[in-house]
Amino acid sequence: MGFKEFCFKKSLWLFHFAGASCNNCDIEILDCLTPRYDVERFGMVLVGSVRHADVLLVNGSINQRDKSRLLEIYEQAPKPLVVVAIGACGCTGGIFAEGDTFAGPVDKIIPVDAYIPGCPPKPEAILAGIVKLLNK
Amino acid sequence: MVKKTLIPIGPYHPLQEEPELFKLYCEGEIVKDIKWETGYNHRGIEKLSEKKTYDQSFFLVERICGICSTSHPFAFANAVEEIGNIEITNRAKYIRSIIGELERVHSHLLWVGLAGHFLGYNTVFMWAWKYREPVLDLFEMISGNRNSYAMFKVGGVRRDIENNKIPQILKVLDLVKKKTDMLVGAVMDDPVIHARTKGVGILTKQDIIDYAAVGPTARASGVDIDVRRDDPYAAYPLVNWKVITAEKGDVFAKAEVRLLEMYESISIIEQCIEGLKKEKEGDINVKVKEIPEGWGTGHAEAPRGEVFHYVLSDGSNSPARHKIRAPSYTNIATFKKSCIGQTISDATISLAAVDPCYCCTERMAVAYDSKTGDRILNGNELIALSAKKTQNIKNQF
Repeated sequence: MGFKEFCFKKSLWLFHFAGASCNNCDIEILDCLTPRYDVERFGMVLVGSVRHADVLLVNGSINQRDKSRLLEIYEQAPKPLVVVAIGACGCTGGIFAEGDTFAGPVDKIIPVDAYIPGCPPKPEAILAGIVKLLNK
Repeated sequence: MVKKTLIPIGPYHPLQEEPELFKLYCEGEIVKDIKWETGYNHRGIEKLSEKKTYDQSFFLVERICGICSTSHPFAFANAVEEIGNIEITNRAKYIRSIIGELERVHSHLLWVGLAGHFLGYNTVFMWAWKYREPVLDLFEMISGNRNSYAMFKVGGVRRDIENNKIPQILKVLDLVKKKTDMLVGAVMDDPVIHARTKGVGILTKQDIIDYAAVGPTARASGVDIDVRRDDPYAAYPLVNWKVITAEKGDVFAKAEVRLLEMYESISIIEQCIEGLKKEKEGDINVKVKEIPEGWGTGHAEAPRGEVFHYVLSDGSNSPARHKIRAPSYTNIATFKKSCIGQTISDATISLAAVDPCYCCTERMAVAYDSKTGDRILNGNELIALSAKKTQNIKNQF
């Protein structure tokens, strides 16, 4: 078992970074915690600080104001860290990619391990994405 | 002398899903001043809209805000239809109202849950969000997506609600009504919630008028405004319903208004469905050949208050100017009144009580000095100036 596998063997703690989003993905991520999907049964919790997190969830297009903050948060996070870009905006910039404040999709700023497309992705898709990533 | 402390909330804080920075200036436990900073969520939507055709703009305005993703297309459709003098069919009107009210139900359930969460009452959070799921399932059945429904277009709606889907809708409404009873019981009769929310974050009628607050925030302070009644659109003049108001203006009153509004919404949907049955299936569109030159304004009552869209058309197939005002934009300013003088622990629920939606709020602004009329530059312009200077210096060497 490598170091990375060892680190992600047990309960994953998630930190959620909302870029310039429309709020849909944020709500769907929060939805994962509620009774129908209930990711907490797998030991996943949303934590308040990235310093405690194993997974960084990034959604929304990143604008010029968010960019430096996203970098800062990424640097603060303990490694190994899995970065998941959620939603069309997180993956490519989506409908806002043509906007004048757009500062590039997430993977132009920090390395991304998994992309979960959809506008917004369903909670099932978010769960499936993370499970797929862990089985990789 | 008491020392002043600055407590920042945000921009990436576990309390909020959205990026937004609040600065609470406190003396001891008491909040003395509050400032907030926006711009983390700016996407340049008004400018983007000018690059898109009217049909494409609907997908864009829908993504201003994910929670009230019908109210923006609603107001935009009203504005564009005002320019073109387009009268839509009754069936389309009913469908629009049904979608709008279903959205209000799910948005208010979401708020009740979050408010419970902010109070440390996570049971309410889990309950409310659990019973919000069937409403999202309805959306999935009607439009194919849980959020961002893409139902609206100029001259009607994109998808029909076929008559065979009606029993399922009624079944879910029945369930939601029962569960709302339960939530009303959980909130209205709970002594802990009474103690935490009564007399907290009070906004008087005068505050509402001064700050031009809208929606449930205004109605909870006894200001009887509702766009659905005051400037009727879609099917709202065709059904019977009443505007819910409360007098106290505290957090409890805001919760009361939202919970009772859900019953009204359910009743509106039921009446709309009755109306829907009388209209011919599939009759959801009128043909729109062109949008003439001119301008139009559109309102819609979003779950958070009045959404306002202004569209200027130059006769081409895309808007020449598109101005949006979202309800949270004015509601957030009331924090100056509701939070100051509260303890820090009450400040969070006062902030949450107006159901602020920051992604609606983000607008680009250029400030002018009121005395001299000078233009105060924004960040990008400063960067551009700096880059220009570097370029000039480079050229010298």
